[in-house]
Amino acid sequence: MRSAELAVSDHGPSGRRIAGLTCVEVAEVLPGLVDGRTSRHRREDRLVARHLDQCLRCQAEISGYRRLLKALHALRTEVLEPPGGALTGVLAGLAAEAERRAGRALLRGHRVVYLSAVGVAATAAGAGAAAVLVTRRRRLD
Amino acid sequence: MARARRGDGPAFDDLVRMTHPGAFTLAMRLMGDEDDARDVVQDAYLRAFRGLKRFRGDARFTTWLYRIVANCAATAQGRRGRHRHDELPDDLGVADDHLDRDPERKAAAGFDRRRVQAALADLPEKLRLVIVLRDVYDLPHEAIAAQLGISETAAKVRLHRARKRLRTVLFPLPEEMEDATEVPIRAVG
Repeated sequence: MRSAELAVSDHGPSGRRIAGLTCVEVAEVLPGLVDGRTSRHRREDRLVARHLDQCLRCQAEISGYRRLLKALHALRTEVLEPPGGALTGVLAGLAAEAERRAGRALLRGHRVVYLSAVGVAATAAGAGAAAVLVTRRRRLD
Repeated sequence: MARARRGDGPAFDDLVRMTHPGAFTLAMRLMGDEDDARDVVQDAYLRAFRGLKRFRGDARFTTWLYRIVANCAATAQGRRGRHRHDELPDDLGVADDHLDRDPERKAAAGFDRRRVQAALADLPEKLRLVIVLRDVYDLPHEAIAAQLGISETAAKVRLHRARKRLRTVLFPLPEEMEDATEVPIRAVG
């Protein structure tokens, strides 16, 4: 097996071919490889692993990706200070929404009362008309 | 929480006060701009307030809220880019961690965060949203794809590109040093 020192010593523009792959070809898979995503072909995975074993340049590159992922994960735990007035703005927006909601509920309530009243009036009118009709019929009989 | 779900306004205000910095942080990371982040947070709390009865309570409130923030951010970005997106399903939460709970990551957090944030903010929106949801908040690829209305493969391609760009800027190889432009550090909090 070639040593990593030898492998890194003679890079061309696309990197030296190691384990059948150039550094450029390996560089294409490293962003996915860093969190365990491998190619669809196991043979290709083995070749990439062999290339990485022997190539200092690509080892440095994947190390960069690992450091990047750690740095990004670390951001998850940091809380940024919201600008002044942002919280007040949210609370004011919520208060306005609550008012709108209360207004709509009131209107709904009024509508229910109004419709109930119309219903009662219609029922009463119907009952009255029926009573008149029955009375007239009896008189005619 | 129970009082807020019963429609108690002041109880919901208390929830807002407790969760606002975390929600703003997520919005800031997704939008890369303070004004946009404020709008997204405002919109997210309104949506949360309107949909509070739908919160099942089997997840933490912040997990539910952060999903809404991510949806609002995607909507805002979609509006600008005229891309549609699907809402995240209820059971897919955005990770909500705190540094105090994980000493290992606390130790790994030594890298200059302001540089990372600045590099993130410099990414194109399409790439930033994917890498923030995946690599900062641990959302699965399928959820990100659904969020953006793109295929899972497309989401992975964007993630791939975003990682490549950030790695080149933040951890360049010796031969990339000349190409790596200095990331201007913005005030992000």
